[in-house]
Amino acid sequence: MTIAAYAFWLFSICVITGGFFTVISRNPVHSVLWLILAFLSSAGLFVLLGAEFVAMLLIIVYVGAVAVLFLFVVMMLDVDFAELKAGMAQYLPLSLLIGAILLMQLGMVFGPWEFSDTAQSLRAAPTPTDTHNTAALGLILYDQYFLLFQLSGLILLVAMIGAIVLTLRHRKDVKRQNVLEQMWRDPADAMELKDVKPGQGL
Amino acid sequence: MTEFFTTTYLGITLLTLGQVLAVVVPLLVALAFLLYADRKVWAAVQLRRGPNVVGAFGLLQSFADFIKYAVKEIVYPAGSDKVVFLLAPMVSLVMALIAWAVIPFNDGWVVSDINVAILYVMAVSSLEVYGVIMGGWASNSKYPFLGSLRSAAQMISYEVSLGLIIIGVIITTGSMNFGDIVAAQDGNYGIFSWYWLPHFPMMFLFLISAMAETNRPPFDLPEAESELVAGYQVEYSSTPFLLFMIGEYVAIVLMCALVSLLFLGGWLSPIPGLPDGILWMLLKICFVFFIFSMVKAISPRYRYDQLMRIGWKVFLPMSLVWVVLVSFLAKFELFGGAYARWAIGG
Repeated sequence: MTIAAYAFWLFSICVITGGFFTVISRNPVHSVLWLILAFLSSAGLFVLLGAEFVAMLLIIVYVGAVAVLFLFVVMMLDVDFAELKAGMAQYLPLSLLIGAILLMQLGMVFGPWEFSDTAQSLRAAPTPTDTHNTAALGLILYDQYFLLFQLSGLILLVAMIGAIVLTLRHRKDVKRQNVLEQMWRDPADAMELKDVKPGQGL
Repeated sequence: MTEFFTTTYLGITLLTLGQVLAVVVPLLVALAFLLYADRKVWAAVQLRRGPNVVGAFGLLQSFADFIKYAVKEIVYPAGSDKVVFLLAPMVSLVMALIAWAVIPFNDGWVVSDINVAILYVMAVSSLEVYGVIMGGWASNSKYPFLGSLRSAAQMISYEVSLGLIIIGVIITTGSMNFGDIVAAQDGNYGIFSWYWLPHFPMMFLFLISAMAETNRPPFDLPEAESELVAGYQVEYSSTPFLLFMIGEYVAIVLMCALVSLLFLGGWLSPIPGLPDGILWMLLKICFVFFIFSMVKAISPRYRYDQLMRIGWKVFLPMSLVWVVLVSFLAKFELFGGAYARWAIGG
């Protein structure tokens, strides 16, 4: 076995362990930390595939931003473990049912799964060796699929505006700092210097 | 002998290990003196003497501090999550150290010469926030928790503007490798060929964002002494505290190295004709570190809402506009191609 193969097994085991403990951890913060381990190890798998750009993006976006927000929210939850366990027996049949249905559906999807010839040939397409994969991705996104890329950006922009509109509320009862107004204030208007003689006052 | 180190597994492992030690050991030793320099600069600005007892001129102060921290007892707060509590300082130090794997000190003097070096540094520095968050949460105490929440918001906010500023440099170079970036700054005019001139406003934005990203004063809100005592570090003592401290300073020196690589020409000599070399790189790092200490000494701490405002409402739009502007200037090769020094692609 080469070093790459050892690394593959190491990362794969880490992904699976991370995913497993994400599910079974009692403490939600530990769950998020295990999830981060899973993200990091899958980034390692991407590096092994030669997709270093995707690997770095996975870390920056998912681990550096998304998981931080998860952690942020989860840390502030006030979790009562006794209460959580109390509902266990009540919800067990329902959750088992959902699990069984999902398993059945996955079986139905993957049972008759067959690769089309086009997909096979695409899969066999070698990674370009004459160009870095950052440049290759850039060419695909910005040259070949420029319109689709811009449209997906537009959809995200609309979603962002929607989220802001839904949560924005102007509160009239709080004092706000107007920074520009403060910066442009003229000292001459705001204060007056007086020479006070000792013992006399103003 | 050369074959042993380039072909066999054991040889490659030993070689890499040697390279890693050659970076980390001098870095940590230099850090002790940088810490001392930091305190001396700070003291000089405030008309104090600073550390002057241990060794000649107090030069060994950092080593005395190190011994003091290392031999103290580790105190676990009641109700703390012990594993995460100890994991946090380790994450903080390790994340700060592994970023140095891609930082070159001279032409080709780098542990790992990868294509996506800048993205790697961004990825690793985005992981540094976990040390702070985990430390604050695991302490099971109010001030650390508030400090870690602040740091999460602060580090994410400033990473965005750091990333956008770096994109400007990447567009100008056409590569994300530090070697290529420094090579693109090599020109006939010495200091005036470097990126600080074409990317003039962004260099200062980068410096300020770097200070905020590393929780350095005037943006040290996560550990603000006056309101949060010491933020996420309150419950830490002994070696874990030392690891946090070293991690923070390693991250700061990393940011200094980044500024000198991206904007100050790395190992290139400022005067045409003088030889390039590692000495210039170290001098530049020290120079940027001096600016960091001066800012710490001179400026008062920001208020939290002001910090968020300047991050999202000033730095982000400015760096975004700059990316568009640089793309335009690079595309049409204006200003004698100063913005289009593409090594590859283009």
